[in-house]
Amino acid sequence: MRKLLLSALLAGLIARTAQAADLGLNIEIPRLDVAEYHRPYVAIWLENPDQSVAADLAVWYDVAKKNNEGAEWLKDMRQWWRRSGRNQQFPVDGVSGATRPAGRHELAFAGGGKPLADLKPGRYAVVVEAAREVGGRELVRVPFDWPPAQAEHLSAQGEHELGAIAVNLKP
Amino acid sequence: MKTAIRFAAALALALPAAAHAHDAWMRPSSTVLSGTDSWITVDAAVGNDKFYFNHAPLRLDNLVIVAPDGKPAEAQNQNRGKLRSTFDLQLSQTGTYRIAVVNDGVFARWKQDGQPKRYFGKPDGLAAAVPAQAQELEISQSLGRVETFATAGKPSPLQPVGKGLELVPVTHPNDLYAGETATFQMMLDGKPAAALDVAIVPGGSRYRDQINEIEVTTGQDGKFQVQWPQPGLYWVEARAEDDRTSVPKASKRRLSYSATLEVLQP
Repeated sequence: MRKLLLSALLAGLIARTAQAADLGLNIEIPRLDVAEYHRPYVAIWLENPDQSVAADLAVWYDVAKKNNEGAEWLKDMRQWWRRSGRNQQFPVDGVSGATRPAGRHELAFAGGGKPLADLKPGRYAVVVEAAREVGGRELVRVPFDWPPAQAEHLSAQGEHELGAIAVNLKP
Repeated sequence: MKTAIRFAAALALALPAAAHAHDAWMRPSSTVLSGTDSWITVDAAVGNDKFYFNHAPLRLDNLVIVAPDGKPAEAQNQNRGKLRSTFDLQLSQTGTYRIAVVNDGVFARWKQDGQPKRYFGKPDGLAAAVPAQAQELEISQSLGRVETFATAGKPSPLQPVGKGLELVPVTHPNDLYAGETATFQMMLDGKPAAALDVAIVPGGSRYRDQINEIEVTTGQDGKFQVQWPQPGLYWVEARAEDDRTSVPKASKRRLSYSATLEVLQP
């Protein structure tokens, strides 16, 4: 009985830790020396081990175009489109945003807020996919365990459409 | 008379099972789309090399497009060129469009005063075409479907047609990726078509030395699987023959099915 209580208490603790942990992202969009440059469409999401989507974190595209015309090219982020995008209506509140220029972009997700508060403990990956008009497409994956036991700095490097991708976990 | 011959010849081209010479296929400009009210354009042709236009256009008289809600959709800007037919289609609903050319006709041949004669066309024109004194009359029915699929947004379920030879998706035809295995079921008049040979031909043969055709046979449940070796367009084809005719005096029924499927890079 006491054991049960203890594990219940522990489970509660873990659940609370999960809620308190934070996820920070630093996404680099490289400066490219090309004749015709358009800012890339970028999708950032949390992926389950079976490649299904646990949560969308951000989608940067031409949100301001009239009649939602910017949505026409969302399919070019083909992995994200298959796993998540095609199931949704655009724009998506709290996820859709304008395209970003070359440079480093900081994103912070608080453990108590959406979508991390609903994230069950387990193995996930941050996935960043970029597709650029008259350019290429690239996908970068950074696996991590949730909730983090300690502060962690994970990173991966894109090759042409993405630069350095950093994932910072704070328990 | 001249028009009749031309019509018959053209119909023969549109009925590959009857002609036994060339394959028919469609080539959609896109199969997976985002955004709303997107357009696709589709080429349709008859010829052996997938998907090159080098023989004849496919007649669009029997073009049937079914929208995601099950209602018919209208093709725009139909045109028949020397080597291909084209039409445009607006995907105004979310879901999957089934785009098909369905040919349901008869082929008759006989001798009249020692001369060989023949008729290709609709069954209701048969009586007028064949004289009472026709000798060695042979009539066969032909039912063929040439189709492709395009999806705006989320793929929607496809209802089986239930008539003739058809491919019923287990894996959705607009959710195909290189390296993955897709499962389909072949049906004949709505029932599993067992032990049926299915040919799967990748496009782009002009830029390689081999056709690289994949040959599979359906199981007892009519199902077959294919692991896509690379992204691109594929032509999937099957033929059958039986005696379940509906036209009087027809001795056999020829059935054919072909679909153009796009496999994406994951």
